Amino acid sequence: MFVNEKEKILEFIDTIIDKHGIERTSLLPILGEIQEKFKCVPEFAQQRVAKIMDIHPVEVYSVVSFYSFLNVEKKGKYILRVCRSVSCDLAGKEKVVNILERELGLKIGETSADKKYTLEYTNCMGLCDEAPSLAINDQVYTKLTTEKLYQILSEIKENK
Amino acid sequence: MTEKIRKRDGLIIFSEYEKFSGLKKALSLSQDDILFELKSSNLKGRGGAGFPISTKWMLTAAAQSSEKYVVCNADEGEPGTFKDRVLLKEMPYLIFEGMIIAGYTIGAKKGIVYLRGEYNYLVNPLNEFLDEMKNENLLGENILGKDFSFEIEIFSGHGAYVCGEETALLESLEGQRGEARNRPPFPVNRGYKGFPTTVNNVESLSTVPHIIMKGGSWYSQFGTEKSKGTKLISVSGDCEKPGVYEIEWGTSIYDLLELVKAENTKAVQVGGASGVCVNKSQFDRTIAYEDLSTGGSIMIFNESRNMLAILKNFMEFFVEESCGQCTPCRIGNQKLLAFVEKIIQNEQTFSELNKIKELAETMKIASKCGLGQSSPNPFLSILENFKEEIFDSNSRGKYEHV
Amino acid sequence: MSMYKKERTPISHQALFVEKPAHPEDIGGSVSVKINGKDLIVPMGTTILEACRMMGYHVPTLCHHEDLCIAGVCRVCVVEVDGMKPLQASCSFPIMAPISIKTSSPKVRKARQNVIDLLISEHKGECYSCVRNNNCELQSLSKEYGVESYPYGHRTETKHKIDNTSYSIVREMDKCVHCLRCVRTCIDLQEVGVLEAVGRGDETHVGTFMEKMMSDVVCINCGQCINRCPTGALHANDPRDMIWEAIDNPQKHVIIQTAPSPRAAIGEEFGLEPGTSLTGEMNTAMRKIGFDRVFDTNFAADLTILEEGTELLLRLYKKLVLNDENVQVPQFTSCCPGWVKFVEHFYPEIIPNLSTTKSPQQMFGAVLKTYYSEKSGIKPEDIVTVAVMPCSAKKYECNRPEMNSSGYKDIDFGLTTRELAQMIRESGIYLPELEKSEFDDPFGDASGAGLIFGATGGVMEAALRTVLELVTGKKIENLFENMDIKEVRGFEGIKTLQIPVTEVGEVPEILKHLVPDWNWLKGATIKVAVAHGTANAKKIIKNIKEGGEFAGYHFIEVMACPGGCIGGGGQPIPTNEKIRSQRAKAIYSEEKILNERKSHDNPKIKKIYSEFLTEGPCGHLSHKLLHTHYTVRGREFVN
Repeated sequence: MFVNEKEKILEFIDTIIDKHGIERTSLLPILGEIQEKFKCVPEFAQQRVAKIMDIHPVEVYSVVSFYSFLNVEKKGKYILRVCRSVSCDLAGKEKVVNILERELGLKIGETSADKKYTLEYTNCMGLCDEAPSLAINDQVYTKLTTEKLYQILSEIKENK
Repeated sequence: MTEKIRKRDGLIIFSEYEKFSGLKKALSLSQDDILFELKSSNLKGRGGAGFPISTKWMLTAAAQSSEKYVVCNADEGEPGTFKDRVLLKEMPYLIFEGMIIAGYTIGAKKGIVYLRGEYNYLVNPLNEFLDEMKNENLLGENILGKDFSFEIEIFSGHGAYVCGEETALLESLEGQRGEARNRPPFPVNRGYKGFPTTVNNVESLSTVPHIIMKGGSWYSQFGTEKSKGTKLISVSGDCEKPGVYEIEWGTSIYDLLELVKAENTKAVQVGGASGVCVNKSQFDRTIAYEDLSTGGSIMIFNESRNMLAILKNFMEFFVEESCGQCTPCRIGNQKLLAFVEKIIQNEQTFSELNKIKELAETMKIASKCGLGQSSPNPFLSILENFKEEIFDSNSRGKYEHV
Repeated sequence: MSMYKKERTPISHQALFVEKPAHPEDIGGSVSVKINGKDLIVPMGTTILEACRMMGYHVPTLCHHEDLCIAGVCRVCVVEVDGMKPLQASCSFPIMAPISIKTSSPKVRKARQNVIDLLISEHKGECYSCVRNNNCELQSLSKEYGVESYPYGHRTETKHKIDNTSYSIVREMDKCVHCLRCVRTCIDLQEVGVLEAVGRGDETHVGTFMEKMMSDVVCINCGQCINRCPTGALHANDPRDMIWEAIDNPQKHVIIQTAPSPRAAIGEEFGLEPGTSLTGEMNTAMRKIGFDRVFDTNFAADLTILEEGTELLLRLYKKLVLNDENVQVPQFTSCCPGWVKFVEHFYPEIIPNLSTTKSPQQMFGAVLKTYYSEKSGIKPEDIVTVAVMPCSAKKYECNRPEMNSSGYKDIDFGLTTRELAQMIRESGIYLPELEKSEFDDPFGDASGAGLIFGATGGVMEAALRTVLELVTGKKIENLFENMDIKEVRGFEGIKTLQIPVTEVGEVPEILKHLVPDWNWLKGATIKVAVAHGTANAKKIIKNIKEGGEFAGYHFIEVMACPGGCIGGGGQPIPTNEKIRSQRAKAIYSEEKILNERKSHDNPKIKKIYSEFLTEGPCGHLSHKLLHTHYTVRGREFVN
């Protein structure tokens, strides 16, 4: 990771800790903000958070490794999560994945080299009545069709 | 918008309601009056476990403590369930009113909505709504001039199904791994940060203002002997009109299938991934705590579907979402999944089948929390109710595609 | 109730702790419980497991450990509670209302059987080659429940690489059954925080920060996790092969020194009751194995007392009389390598407070490769020094690069009590039936002061016996009945003692070059404290940093392990408070009957100061050979 990115993250941690405080109850909101902004909670960030909150780094790692939406390795700017639960599966999740894999040149679980896209599965997103569904970061897309997917992809590809 | 049609159809939650009227009325009542109405309504927890709300609130109210909390469980992670999403999106006032009434009744000053990470897009609208409520003095200090203050905070989850279990949810709120706690002590005595806490489902809380407005006995006229009132059902899968429906408890699967225009139905999964799967011969069974209990998910599978593939999907879900702390759930689910894969390869033996069923029974009684106690449900019910299909490889479709 | 439970400030497992009032009256007294049809009245809050044990019903357990807070995760101890559909984990269920329990119904037996089968299916069990063969709780459970096949499979493939990067602790995660005892030991009991549950679902495992190797984490090597691991997933890094090699090499003069605690515990490895001392038998056995000399670490402990006691007096003199800003008080003991590494990682700012005196083990090594080498005419490069210690951290300590002031490694190998027992077994010896024999000269006949180093408070007691006599010129027997300084004994987490110095004597010959007189100590009160378990030490350090009462203390003993060395990470498994107190009892009763009980009266000590360390304690040669320095490590390893 670039040095300036590291400094940026550490600086960011200091500012958000001011906001959240150092009680243990603030741990997830703090990690969540780091994740959202930098798409990862890297080792040094975990150490910084642990130090400020006076807990063991391994406790932070333990929490990060528990939740699906927190990760150590940097993910793409756009994280595409395809729902793989039964209702979306029935409605053609497989096809959605095939298109995305082909168009992005990624397999499920991979992040593009330019850190722009991450493609992964997620469990039920509560959009079963509008299956199949896909989330790109916090935005959800439902009742996906081939046409709709191409449109979504071209939108995010343009939006650099 | 299809949801408008459903609202008109509702008997209680989706019925005509003037925003904040329940809250206003509740604050003019005494705590005992509220508890009395809830008790006579027989409202049970709508998250799935079905614990009476009045008892929960009474216990929390009775607990001696300087601080108490109201937690709204909006970690709707059960596959096939999305009724809370609709409530959060369209009727947040009902939820917040329910929480404020809970706070007023049990003596809490703070409420927290644990919103699953997948619903992050709802955080901003909900916060905006809370701001409006503050402006109208429906939240904050001395609500509506009463000697009662209450605030509500939205807490985002980060993707863990098990956090829907109330004690795992509390652990998560406290910044820990979402691992279920040992009980007792129960949250009503020692919950969030060790303080008495009532954890209620979105739907339970949303029902409360209606009960306050119309009375507990009015509410209890709906439903069956043991299941009073109505239930929001999330319907998905093979039907023409998926969506959220408010049905009276006691509705049969058959009637429900008719309502949502499902045809050629082979199987219905009641209660999400952790629920049971019934076959045609059981479609006369009813949705009720005493028969087919559900947190609100109905998934419909037509004749073309491969039950084994569906089961595999469920078990993969549990293997991944088990919190991993207790033996039966962490390892047991892996063994169930491995057996499903064995069946797919036609390698299972009869004695293995009996042994694995015994394991499933053990998981149901020996797991630490509801996740491991209910994850064998689809396994056992699909194996039992779809025997011919599952053990005769010729009658199965290709397993890769559901 | 054990002190560890109530004193603990668990961070990650707080909510799992079941509160139990000290007095039943606090919450309304007693409650009745029916177990297998029999009634019993128990204090409210008693767990089902405790109630069952009171009535003599055996309930199998795995994740439960007396020293640790409750987890309730293995589900081996489940019982049936009337009116509840799911079975309940008896270890974590506090009885708050009258209940009826069945401990062995068909449902219960079947569930336990299945849980054990599941555990075995995930455990890469290679019993023959496992260090815990015959002392494995999973093995015992499988025997108890008559496991005769592997209905859910049995893992043979390797999933996790064995981590033997640490000098002290080896992790074989393929043998882990996820009872989380090590996690609760590391985070809650010791507050070190190396191990935690990591991942979720089928990927859940006990891991370190970012899955780093044990050599790259803030581990203090105390080995308490090893003592509480039910299987062979955690064990010490075993140097037996290399020691056998040295023994079998006629060129090598292999010396073994034995710390006080192994002799009080090794009997347990041979089936004896805890608290059976086997000093003489152990000496014979070590000779039979082939060690050329068998020395008593207690000699070096006496030497440590002289050096450390002198250092203390010097520190006080420099601080109080010379107003030396660079001198820090209180002085902390430094003979525990776990504690030393704890300070280096977590509180490097108090390194100046650590005594610079080497531990007895290291000191002995330095003496052996210089003084003994000269006297015996054996070249230091031909001397191999082995130390039998109750400790896993000693293995790390002897490999510290600075521990070679003689030009040779002070100590070549650290051996745990368990590993020595293994060597004895390998030699075909049944230890309890051996004849007794004495230690070899010239380092036998140590004082009792050295012996009590093994129990928490022992170093302090030994030091006080010497320091008070040196300062007051009066016999310690006149100050403390029978020389027993009871205030610093026992298993209280933090013990304190304040001793007013009402009169002072002449400065003894041995210290004359260091201080002119003791008058500055007259009227002072010497304040000392003793802590065992790093969690207790943490409390003292925090108190000092906040300017609390301990900031005004002079001398503080810290042992990283609960109970001190007798509860060390190299001692026989299992461990619990009862076993530890029996071992301590063995040490104190052996000490009582010794002729010499003060370090400074040990003739061998007098001799080494007159023949070798002629400048006296804390002289130049002492400083070179017997003192050391520390490294600021910090709690983060940065890649």
